[in-house]
Amino acid sequence: MREAAVLSPAAIEAHRARRRGAGYFVRRNPTLCGGIIVLACVALAALIAPLIAGDPLALKPADRLSPPSHAHPFGTDHLGRDVWARTVYGARVSLTVGLAVSAISMGIGLLIGLLAGFSKPVERMVMRLMDGLMAIPAILLAVALLSLSKAGAVVVVAAIVIPEIPRVVRLVRSVVLGVREQPYVEAAVASGTKLAKILWRHILPATLPPLIVQATYISASAILIEAALSFLGAGTPPEIPSWGNMIASSRLYLALAPWTIFCPGLALAAVVLAVNLVGDGLRDRLDPRIARRM
Amino acid sequence: MLAFIVRRLASTVLVMGLVGVFIFLLLRLSPGDPAAIIAGDNATPAQIEAIRTSLGLNDRLVVQFAHWAARVLAGDLGISIFSNVPVATLIGQRIGPTLSLAATTLMLALALALAAGVTAAWKAGSLLDRVIMILSVIGFSLPVFVVGYLLIYVFAVTLHWLPVQGYTPLSEGVGPWARHLVLPSCALGLAYVALIARITRAAMLDVLAEDYMRTARAKGVATGPMLLKHALKNAGVPIITIVGIGIALLIGGVVITETVFNIPGIGRLVVDAISKRDYPIIQGVILLFSGVYVIVNLLVDLSYTLLDPRIRY
Amino acid sequence: MTAPLLEVQNLSTHFFTEDGVTRAVDGLSLSISPHETVGIVGESGCGKTVTALSILRLLPPRMGRIIGGRILFEGTDLLTLSERQMRDVRGNRIAMIFQEPMTSLNPVLTVGHQIAESVRIHRGASRAAARMRAREMLEMVKIPDAARRLEDYPHQFSGGMRQRVMIAMALACDPKILIADEPTTALDVTIQAQVLKLMLELKGKTGAAIVLITHDLGIVAETCQRVVVMYAGRKVEEAPVAELFARPAHPYTRGLLTSIARGKAGVGRKRLHEIPGIVPSLRDPIQGCAFAARCPFAAMRCRSEAPELSPVAGQPGHTAACLRLSTVLAS
Repeated sequence: MREAAVLSPAAIEAHRARRRGAGYFVRRNPTLCGGIIVLACVALAALIAPLIAGDPLALKPADRLSPPSHAHPFGTDHLGRDVWARTVYGARVSLTVGLAVSAISMGIGLLIGLLAGFSKPVERMVMRLMDGLMAIPAILLAVALLSLSKAGAVVVVAAIVIPEIPRVVRLVRSVVLGVREQPYVEAAVASGTKLAKILWRHILPATLPPLIVQATYISASAILIEAALSFLGAGTPPEIPSWGNMIASSRLYLALAPWTIFCPGLALAAVVLAVNLVGDGLRDRLDPRIARRM
Repeated sequence: MLAFIVRRLASTVLVMGLVGVFIFLLLRLSPGDPAAIIAGDNATPAQIEAIRTSLGLNDRLVVQFAHWAARVLAGDLGISIFSNVPVATLIGQRIGPTLSLAATTLMLALALALAAGVTAAWKAGSLLDRVIMILSVIGFSLPVFVVGYLLIYVFAVTLHWLPVQGYTPLSEGVGPWARHLVLPSCALGLAYVALIARITRAAMLDVLAEDYMRTARAKGVATGPMLLKHALKNAGVPIITIVGIGIALLIGGVVITETVFNIPGIGRLVVDAISKRDYPIIQGVILLFSGVYVIVNLLVDLSYTLLDPRIRY
Repeated sequence: MTAPLLEVQNLSTHFFTEDGVTRAVDGLSLSISPHETVGIVGESGCGKTVTALSILRLLPPRMGRIIGGRILFEGTDLLTLSERQMRDVRGNRIAMIFQEPMTSLNPVLTVGHQIAESVRIHRGASRAAARMRAREMLEMVKIPDAARRLEDYPHQFSGGMRQRVMIAMALACDPKILIADEPTTALDVTIQAQVLKLMLELKGKTGAAIVLITHDLGIVAETCQRVVVMYAGRKVEEAPVAELFARPAHPYTRGLLTSIARGKAGVGRKRLHEIPGIVPSLRDPIQGCAFAARCPFAAMRCRSEAPELSPVAGQPGHTAACLRLSTVLAS
């Protein structure tokens, strides 16, 4: 529709009449709110799993590969297990991994990044190490780590945390470098303020907004990596239902029983999408410079 | 300029060296006895000892590293524990399918992503823009294997338009080769397209707001040349940076895609090695892929000076 | 009297943002005759740049909209043209140069390419012919070693030289009107004089009319034949340049002229005179005269009745929008 060069008076009035009503926040940030709601629902479901889902491990060979029905909302898999129950319990794994990886990588990355931002020799060495670490594809690094250790939750989390650290370190370092140049920091240093206090009052608050945004993206990435690792057989062991290993074990039944793959698959997609939307929403609110562009 | 290239190459070598150290240390420093873990739960002490010797785990650390590094530089990536074939040979056998997949994915992804990003930026705020952005977020959030199975289910199982899985080499005809690669490329490339499209849009929006775009408009330049000749080249640097960094996504995805679509490439090689704990293969492939990533990013750095004449080293 | 080349009739341009509607230009009329140099003066925010952008329809797409008036160029109303037809006008029959030479040239294209582009688009010239013309233009704007400089990028030129390149680009297709929006504001004072001199020389050679937008009355005095004074989106005075400086009629113009720092040899420097108050917000419709709140001559009716432009008695071509004209002139 070609824009007319001259605007009619009615159109001007319409623009002027737009005012801020109730639900302004929701309308202005629909994706952020949508994402939060989805995540809240999933988290709630995961928490009260024993109440709303059946037994994820119960074998009922008689009912194997039955399509979604009243008794089994998501159908059953090739061993007769209830897919709904397994999906709900799988949420626990994904959400826990997402939170844990995010928090731990943030913590470690923050420490290293702060150090790098303040000490020249440390910075050079650290950044080189981070470059090296970043060159190794995350999944393969995780796979390598896992193939060398006994399976366990801690190892899986560690394997996923390590590749995410460079991202955080780089972010923190660049923020620190930027803040360090600011006049108010120079003033604080000149007036003899102790380094710890400068860190606490000036540097840390500046790093928080971009870090929070990064944290959400990292949790999305972590959830995807855990699922991929489980899919490949290197992550969560098959006894514990995780969306990744559910899909892996149902690979042969794609044509016969697509629900065994797509129910966990779509759950996974929905959660990651929700987290990414929250990340985008937070970024729009916390980092105004980018908000105008995106 | 030459000085810069030399410096950059030196830096690349350093990074690869670090990668080598990391990978080397991985095996030697992991908790527990790596040889025992590799040998598995039912191994006899003799078998474990054999593995330990073959991996050279009994020497001092530095010595081990020196030997190992020398071998790697000579092209010897070790020998597969289970097949006794040199890892380098195995990789050589499997590289064809992976290259095909990677090449087609990269070409399609870049073309689509640039088109989408430029269009979204040009029509910023419109419905089309929002649709592209929403599709981007969704594309970025869908795991590769879910997309893969979805595509297989719709296009192969239900519609029978394309083969379910497998791979035919180029030598057996372009048609079958291409048909087998369509779905895998789409699955592998989706997240990459989403990433590049978003960054293209953001970079283009920044450029479109610049004064020189207003000058171009004031000169009467038409939309096509404005977007492509005047704007896109200026957006080149941030875009190509992410193209390089995003290669990591593709590399990681190759492993999964080859598993889903049963493509006999390097990704599958690694996956088989995982279940058998055939560490030399895993190690060799990591070295290879890390090398690819590092070289790609080196090329990206060098391309900056082509894109922006203000950047001269 | 020759027919005007460009006639702006009752132009109104509004900006639509999240915070409301800004009346950037409110009922402006002016005309430009062939070969003349007209200055548009006023402080920041008075609407002079928006006027220029409106003429070429270069307003930011979703925010700025022309909501009324006509812009007649050689008889055709530019506001009725399609985008394609406008592209034919831009850079070809009406050209514009901007304030910031440092950022107005594309950093990744050579200077020669950017000048030649105009010629290729509007004249359909071949690469070689366009390049020849680009070189001619560079020589015309006195860039030394023009042939070699064609291959250089904008960052290899200084600010003043970049502005010359802009001028070369603008004049490459022999436009009838060159609109120059604060062309020298971002330049050093010494370079300013050079660039202005160059512009006038080129005007002589090419016969283009120049619309010079500026906030600097000094520049106006040196270069323009006629002056339009704008305030809060409206024209408040218009006169031949000598006339304006000798007998300013509108209180705002008077204020502007007295606030120019003057220092005479032998006499102690006086304190800078300023016009009290600030420009009114353009968000809400202005009741009465826009200048009333700051005007030393304001009367009650100035706040309720909007003044129209009326001729200043005895001075041909001199109009001012003031209800208290006779009082002002008498003082």
